[in-house]
Amino acid sequence: MMPLPAALLAVDWWALGAVIALSAGVMLLLMLEFVPVRAESGRAPALALLTLIAAAASVFFVRDARRSLFGGMFVHDGFSVFFTLLFCSIAAVSVLVSWNYVKRLGLRATEYYALLLSATLGMIVMAASNDLITVFLGLELMSISLYVLVGFRRGQLESNEAALKYFLLGAFASGFLLYGIALVYGATGSTNLRAIAAFMADSPMLQNPLFVTGGLLLLVGFGFKVAAVPFHMWAPDAYEGAPTSVTGFMSAGAKAAGFAAILRVSMSALAEVQGDWRPILSWIAILTMTLGNVTALLQTNVKRMLAYSSIAHAGYVLVALAAGGPQGTSAAVFYLVIYAVTSLGAFGVLALLGRGQDERVLISDLSGLGFRHPVLGLAMTVFMLSLGGIPPTAGFMGKVYIFGAALDQHLVSLVIVGVLNSVVSIFYYLRITVAMYMDEPSGEPTEVSWAAPAMVALFASIVLTLWWGVQAQALLVAAQRSVRGLL
Amino acid sequence: MTEFPWLSWLVFFPLMGAVLIALMPATAERAIRRWAITVSIAELLFSLPLWWRFVPAQPGWQFEEKHAWLPALGATYHLGVDGISVLLVLLTTVLTAVAVLGSTGAVHQRPREFYALMLALETGMIGTFLCLDLLLFYVFWEAMLVPMYLLIGIWGGPRRVYAAIKFFLYTMAGSVLMLAAILWLYFMQRAATGVATFELDAFYALAIPHATQVWLFLAFALAFAIKVPMFPLHTWLPDAHVEAPTAGSVILAAVLLKMGTYGFIRFAIPLFPVASHQFAPWIAGLALVGIIYGALVAMVQPDLKKLVAYSSVSHLGFAMLGLYAMNPQGFAGAMLQMINHGISTGALFQLVGVVYERRHTRMIADFGGLWKPLPVFAAVFLVVMLSSIGLPGTNGFVGEFLILLGAYRAQPVWAVIAATGVILSACYMLWMYQRVMFGPVTHAENEKLSDLSLRERLVFAPLLILVFWMGFMPQPFLDRMQPALDRTLALAQQRETMQVVEAAPARVAPPLASAGGPR
Repeated sequence: MMPLPAALLAVDWWALGAVIALSAGVMLLLMLEFVPVRAESGRAPALALLTLIAAAASVFFVRDARRSLFGGMFVHDGFSVFFTLLFCSIAAVSVLVSWNYVKRLGLRATEYYALLLSATLGMIVMAASNDLITVFLGLELMSISLYVLVGFRRGQLESNEAALKYFLLGAFASGFLLYGIALVYGATGSTNLRAIAAFMADSPMLQNPLFVTGGLLLLVGFGFKVAAVPFHMWAPDAYEGAPTSVTGFMSAGAKAAGFAAILRVSMSALAEVQGDWRPILSWIAILTMTLGNVTALLQTNVKRMLAYSSIAHAGYVLVALAAGGPQGTSAAVFYLVIYAVTSLGAFGVLALLGRGQDERVLISDLSGLGFRHPVLGLAMTVFMLSLGGIPPTAGFMGKVYIFGAALDQHLVSLVIVGVLNSVVSIFYYLRITVAMYMDEPSGEPTEVSWAAPAMVALFASIVLTLWWGVQAQALLVAAQRSVRGLL
Repeated sequence: MTEFPWLSWLVFFPLMGAVLIALMPATAERAIRRWAITVSIAELLFSLPLWWRFVPAQPGWQFEEKHAWLPALGATYHLGVDGISVLLVLLTTVLTAVAVLGSTGAVHQRPREFYALMLALETGMIGTFLCLDLLLFYVFWEAMLVPMYLLIGIWGGPRRVYAAIKFFLYTMAGSVLMLAAILWLYFMQRAATGVATFELDAFYALAIPHATQVWLFLAFALAFAIKVPMFPLHTWLPDAHVEAPTAGSVILAAVLLKMGTYGFIRFAIPLFPVASHQFAPWIAGLALVGIIYGALVAMVQPDLKKLVAYSSVSHLGFAMLGLYAMNPQGFAGAMLQMINHGISTGALFQLVGVVYERRHTRMIADFGGLWKPLPVFAAVFLVVMLSSIGLPGTNGFVGEFLILLGAYRAQPVWAVIAATGVILSACYMLWMYQRVMFGPVTHAENEKLSDLSLRERLVFAPLLILVFWMGFMPQPFLDRMQPALDRTLALAQQRETMQVVEAAPARVAPPLASAGGPR
């Protein structure tokens, strides 16, 4: 027998549990494609769900351990555990929402779920990587899977257009990111985040144009992924064209993953220059919130409206990022969880509307829905209130924590812009409730494709949205603990 | 033995009722109505012990409850009641019961959702009055918007959507800045004492520099002034009132507007006394403009509901004037005026609702000579109207008299202008009454209108009792509120001087620092 190389033996494989489980799940799904099965079988989603549960469990059981693998490129710490669990939950909810939706639209189930899992894998790598190269690796894995998922309705022109737009702009952004990594490497001599931080502690980097340009390019690359203004152009089209279940997954997962990477990079490597980042981040935050909210006012398509709303929410998280420090970072993490739950729920409701190939996602399609289907109406109302930051929903607690973190750093004008933005935003969230409860239904009433798995997902989302609105202590503590290792 | 959590029960009992009603089948309309009435009356009965178990002489919080809520932030679940909030809570439970009982004939569409929202709203209102933790207060303050918004938007008149959204956006626009101010206070408190807390009592003990006070006061005052509403922030009110269903109008006028004045007396004045003093002439000025303007605009309204809505602007101007006279008479008058306005305006909206149910119009021109077909209705209307004008012997008189007294002590001119407001209110009310009730019956449809039913008489009975009780014997009410008002006033004065003490070392600090040399 050939002895195993020492490098492989030194790896703590159990710390990679989630990565291994998801990779295995993807391959298993693809191989099972060779075993024919009836079209309406639930084999693929069930397998995907099991994979995600296994991945989450493998991390959950070793949640208190701290490890650094592959020469410090991949870490297992509180932050990566928190986000791994978050991504697995987001993907699991997306699988539940997709269960009947994918069948209804006649999409190819196996590939769909395989891509969903590989995107999740990419997200986990992004959150767990301690090196710019692995960040990029995870980002590409996630993005490429998402490009395909966005274009998954091949027969639909909008879906094709969305995928192409997303791909072209995304590839461009990846180029920026990679170039930024190269420049930072050139300036500091390393891609490892700790090494960069150590290097910066020794020599001031702000006079180094190579480093500054590299840092800005990184910001462009990440800004694109989280759809921050002015790198948000792709979001409305991609969100609108993608299958609704994918939109929900993107808005919750891809955004959280992008921010996880930004948080890791900015807190681990660039914490020294937090003060210099702040004006740039503040301005991006102001632009992102304002443009997102104001443009959302004009939309008639709910998916597109929620796309702009998700841009605005990226702006709120950027406020937390501008505040920085343990407060700001945990506020961002806290908010990302809450936003993920709420937006998954909102898109989950949308995915139920319509029959067969027909999707009903205009605001006018919602008219009268609240009384015809009280459960969906209540669900959508709760999600809209949470997005708008109205108590007693989780969105309110998220906003309190973010604005509190920013005020703690005396970013008063940023907070004022933020709270006024939430007033603007409430207008379009209320429009949804107006349509559901107050407008006279016109035209053919929207039919609902009821599905048990999606209802489970919705139920979980509502319960969490309300529970965290009333009692968020556990999540607050978890968020605070997760960022402890970063700083 | 642990005390029964009386206040929590009061806050959450209506919510439990709301959930129960929401779970009932929509077709069981009779059962839904019966349950809604039962819950609201039960809540009223549960709240009555607050009246007699409350110790009037004791100025601090009573029935206090305190539990950890979000230890990570320092927010607590802290409820308590004092002489100010006890009356407002009782007002809320009485008026909610009145509104629920009064709406049983008016709401034919989706009664299940209607009553569930009414009861949820009651939870929000009572919670707002009882919270002694600023974050919790804000949660209730804003959560309450949602049921009211839906009540206006779903069961309202033709322009209901516009009115509902306007109501929501106006109130929220004011309150988000208050949220920022609350957070600011929180960090100031943490920096000063090292303890992170949202406790009202802790903020009462916190010294706030003058410049900061001004900004924080403005943020709080904006939120409360919109809610009151003070001129020129009142424009949402006529829309909301006209479009809202009767029960919504009753609650809106009787309770929701009081949250604005309550906010001033509980938070804005004691927390920021220096800024309050500084802005007192402005606020009193706006209150006077509101008194006169509201009365003048009410005079020319062709729509009964709009007339009552504008009269609210005028009456709450009195309450604000009393508060910003900043003396015991003004405070007591303002507090009484809040209760009086709740009773009389709530009753007026209910009366307008009664006639609207029968005729489906609220235009003054469509009536005339109603005295003949509706004698009981006209008599009740007369009493309520006189109480609204402030005739001696009714509750309205005591409040307005005390306010004028307080205003005169603060600034005689204020009292003179405000007194014209009293005259104007008599003008528009009596003129309206004359056109609606007296003369020949001008419209044939009005001839065969039926008078108040037994249920409707039951609705108005408690309100009429209160009108005369508070008119002839205001002392039990004054006894309850006085210690709390004195405490608030004393607190404001003490905090005002506290500023000076705190500021003094700062002024002597620089020479010492320079003497010590750079560090």
